[in-house]
Amino acid sequence: MNDTIAAISTPLATGAISIIRVSGQDSIKIANKIFIGKDLEKVNDHTINYGHIYDKKELIDEVMVSVMKEPNTYTREDIVEINAHGSIASAKKILELLLKNGCRLANPGEFTERAFLNGRIDLVEAEGIMDIIESKTEKSLSLAINQLNGNTSNKIKNIRKKISDIETNIEVNIDFPEYDDIEVLNNDIIKPKLIEIRKDLNKLLLNSKDSQIIKNGIDTVIIGKPNVGKSSILNKLLDEEKAIVTDIPGTTRDIVEGTLDINGIRLNLIDTAGIRKTDDIVESIGVKKSISLIEKASLIIMVLNNNTEITKEELEILNKIKNKNYIIIINKIDLKKNINDNNLKNVIYMSTLENKGFDELKEAIIKMYELDKINTNDFSYLSSSRSISLIEKAIDSIDKSINLIDELMPIDIVEIEINKASELLGDILGINYKEDLFDQLFSNFCLGK
Amino acid sequence: MYEVIVIGGGHAGCEAALATARMNHKTLLITGNIKNIADMPCNPSIGGSAKGIIVREIDALGGEMGKCADRSLIQMKMLNSSKGPAVRSLRAQADKITYPKVMLETLKSTDNLEILEAMVKELIVENKSVKGIILEDDRIIYSKVVIITTGTYLKSDILVGSTRTRKGPHGEKTSNYLSDNLKILGFTIKRLKTGTPPRIDRNTIDFSKTRVENGDSNPYTFSYDNDIYYDVDNQIPCHLIYTTPTTHQIINDNLNKSSMYGGLNDIKGVGPRYCPSIEDKIVRFSDKERHQLFLEPESIYYDDIYLQGFSTSMPVDVQEKMVHSLPGLENAKILKYAYAIEYDAIDSKQLKLSLETKVIENLFTAGQINGTSGYEEAACQGLIAGINAALKLENKEPLVLKRSEAYIGVLIDDLITKGIMDPYRMLTSRAEYRLLLRNDNADMRLTEYGHNVGLINNDRYNKFLLKKEAIKNLIKELKTNKINPTEMGNNFLRDLNTAEIKDSITLYDLLKRPEIKIYSLKNMFGKYSNDVLEQVEISVKYEGYIKKALKDAEKFNELDSKKIPSDIDYSKIKNLASEARQKLEIVRPTSIGQAMRISGVNPVDISLIMIYIKKEYFYDRK
Repeated sequence: MNDTIAAISTPLATGAISIIRVSGQDSIKIANKIFIGKDLEKVNDHTINYGHIYDKKELIDEVMVSVMKEPNTYTREDIVEINAHGSIASAKKILELLLKNGCRLANPGEFTERAFLNGRIDLVEAEGIMDIIESKTEKSLSLAINQLNGNTSNKIKNIRKKISDIETNIEVNIDFPEYDDIEVLNNDIIKPKLIEIRKDLNKLLLNSKDSQIIKNGIDTVIIGKPNVGKSSILNKLLDEEKAIVTDIPGTTRDIVEGTLDINGIRLNLIDTAGIRKTDDIVESIGVKKSISLIEKASLIIMVLNNNTEITKEELEILNKIKNKNYIIIINKIDLKKNINDNNLKNVIYMSTLENKGFDELKEAIIKMYELDKINTNDFSYLSSSRSISLIEKAIDSIDKSINLIDELMPIDIVEIEINKASELLGDILGINYKEDLFDQLFSNFCLGK
Repeated sequence: MYEVIVIGGGHAGCEAALATARMNHKTLLITGNIKNIADMPCNPSIGGSAKGIIVREIDALGGEMGKCADRSLIQMKMLNSSKGPAVRSLRAQADKITYPKVMLETLKSTDNLEILEAMVKELIVENKSVKGIILEDDRIIYSKVVIITTGTYLKSDILVGSTRTRKGPHGEKTSNYLSDNLKILGFTIKRLKTGTPPRIDRNTIDFSKTRVENGDSNPYTFSYDNDIYYDVDNQIPCHLIYTTPTTHQIINDNLNKSSMYGGLNDIKGVGPRYCPSIEDKIVRFSDKERHQLFLEPESIYYDDIYLQGFSTSMPVDVQEKMVHSLPGLENAKILKYAYAIEYDAIDSKQLKLSLETKVIENLFTAGQINGTSGYEEAACQGLIAGINAALKLENKEPLVLKRSEAYIGVLIDDLITKGIMDPYRMLTSRAEYRLLLRNDNADMRLTEYGHNVGLINNDRYNKFLLKKEAIKNLIKELKTNKINPTEMGNNFLRDLNTAEIKDSITLYDLLKRPEIKIYSLKNMFGKYSNDVLEQVEISVKYEGYIKKALKDAEKFNELDSKKIPSDIDYSKIKNLASEARQKLEIVRPTSIGQAMRISGVNPVDISLIMIYIKKEYFYDRK
């Protein structure tokens, strides 16, 4: 841990600014070697300094350099952050220069790992930071920050306390059996308490699952036969929200055509290359491909034409989506109605031409995912899948302990599962030690933080 | 010349001396008063939750406490029988005359063992290695190893009200010099405290105002010798009473007279959290209307009744009032007043897992000097110290029991790794794998070790092998014998009050049903002894959880097998928290598993150590 690490901390995309972060005992010295401006080794702590990065005599970029000395930094080591104004290429060039002058390329998550190892943050906080890095909408940012404040930790600590209260009482009963004036926790007394704990955990789990939606968004696919108006709907949605349309990989590893923000929740419109261009998905890639898209998506928006009858292919797809979250848009209501929509559910009537039906579509999505009920203020959740799976396991242990009670097992056996639940919650908080936990956790971080 | 000197003849000292002598090493046991060998200065009982299992473990390893207790007990109980197989534990009322008498006879009849009545002043140490001892009368006795088991006798003070007297238990002579000598030799000396309640003349108690507490009607023994010496049908009962509002009033009115609450202003000793004085209980749990007290007979040979739960350091006049406020004790005569006792102990973190000190080679310590409380805790350390002293003399590896193998392993690891703040009492919750550390299977866990070191003789070992074989056979029989879904089969099940079957079921699977007890199948397996039946029942009924515990223990032990180099320099590991660094420096854990258990050493520190060992340790050593 005594070497100095560097990485580009902003996404590798053309934005207004790229930040190259350096952390370690030589970070200021190394940055100073490639920086022309004030002498960084002499500037005051926590200052931002204007200057230029040079590779020998060649000007690379005009930059602002933040100098932050330990211990009041993110990693509790000396940190230098170079704010570059240019392209990805110039950011990469600056990183290269730093590496040449004595830095080591940071491993994924290594800055946060150092922050953790140097005792700046606990595990739950570390996971929260990962969420800040990845947060793409405002709501998910506030979620991530909320988690940093230890809100979630406190909720878990409270539940864990309830469990350990039971454990302690059982232990007292076992270790001091002669004391008949201490409440003897038999299975009948414990059971309702366990059911209550289960409820608490379940709430946390549901909230956490909501938070997955907040964090990752809803993977959505728009399907329909040619000329039904998919591209106009999509473009309209995207234009309105002024969403950034990029080709960056989404969470499902499919191409995200665009993202749009509904009530602060991200809708990832997934597709193979370009329904916006060709508008002929059913025809060109066939029903088979449509079905595989349907399987991957969380939400399916099926577009039908008000003016024509439902075709055989459309029926086939309608049949496939009936067990998923789906919304049917009947488009072109400005034209004569020829469609038989008697048996259709979740229908939105739309006219892209007359700009009708878009609000209704959003409302339908909000209602379907109860997005209006997701409230990030009064809300505790675990946003990493590791934590969520630990909560699920804890619930499983509590369930098992309740079952054991029903099977009339003695208290010392019942307690094994109760202890397990408490241990699992401890794992989320980083209280118990598990050898591989850290490797696992930190390799999940995106590069550079 | 002696090979081994044991200083102190309490429960630790007796076990230590017997172990080394029986392992054929010439041993001298030095005691301040031969009449106090194996004395029980506090309650007249042996065993209790978890402690009873320790006694079973001592017996399985070839120690004496279980046998001696079996010969002297006047009442026996199996605790927690309804709370599950993992936490059952035996507790006996032991006769305070018989127990020490039997133990002394055993010591006297053991070859290679001599007893000397004297007080030890100093250790002879050369090159950080112990060579013998100097007595208070300046006699010198040489030996190859020394085991210190001085109990509460190091600079002990008896505290009653506002008086402090430099004396040992029962007003015995205390050891004034040894702890100073240990301090000079490099040991950290702590001050601990404990207390004992008043003893009441049985003839002055009105037992009609008490509740009788009888022993169990089933016969039990601590020792796997399974010899019953007590009259199961005529056990001596205990009696239960409760404190009264008057008692509480008297205590509150006189609180400042208690040594602990202002009677004395120079108390440094830390008392046991698990055994508070009655004034502590009343102050700390002021909302409790009453506290439970037990009247325990000390012996059938004299009249003292031990008033369990009423330990105090009030002056004697207040004690009189307090006792007389209790139901049935209105006219009671106090035979011995309660007192608190303060004594010196060493920091157990200065020991190795073998109980040899890290400070002086060939010096071992066991019992209360290491910061524990309780006869059983002391005895098991004495046994391990004795075994390891003998193994050291034989140039063999020490016997270190794992936490998943024995409560003894848990206890010693806790002492060495975590250290103690207050006198350490064993609790079942201190063990991670208590489903493995049961009362019924201590022999299966430890007899092999006892036999290997030579403390379990061939007779006993063969008996153990037979039992092991019987368990195997019974399980096989259960797995091969089936009940078929015939009318006869289902009639049988109906008689057992359990669900009938459509497909045939093995007896093994039938036994897994919670409502089926192995005793209801007993007439099929009459040839098996009760302890075989019990052990098989537990291992079948809780098979899933036992297997899981074994698996978890294996993982856990893996961490214990990850060694930390003994010459590791913690100052070279960057970013270790300073508290962790200090503690690691003191404990010098031998494995990652042990390091993880040190309080104040956080997961972060562990990963730093592991990274250091992996990446830099070998480089640093070059």
